[in-house]
Amino acid sequence: MAIKKFMYLNRRAPYGTVYALESLEVVLIAAAFDQDVSLAFMDDGVYQLVEGQKTDGIGMKNFSKTFHALGDYDINQFFVSAESLEERGLSVDDLMPLVWEDEDDDWAEKPSIKVVPNAELTKIMSEQDVCLSF
Amino acid sequence: MKISIQINEGPYQHQASDTAYQFAKAAIAKGHEIFRVFFYHDGVDNASRFTVPPQDDRNIVNNWASLDIKNADGEPELVVCVAAALRRGMLDEGEAGKNGIDGNNIHPAFRISGLGQLIEAGIQSDRLVVFGD
Amino acid sequence: MLHTVNKSSFERNSLQSCLNTIDDSSVILLIEDGVISAAKNSKSFMLAELATQGRVYALQGDVEARGISSKLADNIKLVDYAGFVDLVIENGTAVSWV
Repeated sequence: MAIKKFMYLNRRAPYGTVYALESLEVVLIAAAFDQDVSLAFMDDGVYQLVEGQKTDGIGMKNFSKTFHALGDYDINQFFVSAESLEERGLSVDDLMPLVWEDEDDDWAEKPSIKVVPNAELTKIMSEQDVCLSF
Repeated sequence: MKISIQINEGPYQHQASDTAYQFAKAAIAKGHEIFRVFFYHDGVDNASRFTVPPQDDRNIVNNWASLDIKNADGEPELVVCVAAALRRGMLDEGEAGKNGIDGNNIHPAFRISGLGQLIEAGIQSDRLVVFGD
Repeated sequence: MLHTVNKSSFERNSLQSCLNTIDDSSVILLIEDGVISAAKNSKSFMLAELATQGRVYALQGDVEARGISSKLADNIKLVDYAGFVDLVIENGTAVSWV
């Protein structure tokens, strides 16, 4: 069966609701299915990738560290809306430095996060076969 | 066509499950196949066999059960995510036994399974439609 | 693509986010509280152009339930659940702006 393009659309901040955590749990499982996986972060979803999350004070697990593991599972297409970042006074420097190793390029470390304008996100989205929203 | 559905919210609090049910019923009436309905997040609560709505209200759990969505092997294709279900106190007999809990509450028209079933639904179906908050 | 929006634009930014990333061949279906964004004379109405192009649908049951049948903006097309199914079939990948 042909490989399908799956997009995981994340528009909610972590911790206030469970969507971000349980979306990440789906992505971890998706890694085992050899499909073409990409993650889109828009609106408050960009806060899922912000560096320096510390959850000791709320008694919840800091699951942001799990994003670092995704590169090892060939999940390395993180598309972040440039407009959503800018609206929130954030830039790519505020996000976790997620990387993956490119086996076709002598295992060079490459960034997984790509900040793209909504116009490009539109194009990427239009190429998807399945879009899972959380 | 083969259509699958993901439901992110529980019954009654949100309209998501009602809309998804009406959509699934209409799709079946038009001759399409509902390959799978996957209940995730609080959506797992749609599978409680202990749901007792007032007499003049719809019974969302029974509505889903009445669609009788099964695969060729006769297994229900109303699938409840096991990880989401366990953390919300939704257990079938097997999970209750494994976790030493003295009861179970999954309606027999549903079955508990892993998240891979959602991905597989996306792969196998022509369309996947998400209903949520 | 088919984009479904289920929240009023007074409550959430989901319709705006959808409009920010919709391509020229996509259509929008307003369901549940999303139909509130189809009311005419609303200060937050943002669908005029797409509606003129015949690309905005609203779920009839939700419109009627919320008492806005006679208050719909021009060129919003009403569909029932069977019409919802047809939109899913005809428009390829479905994106839910939950």
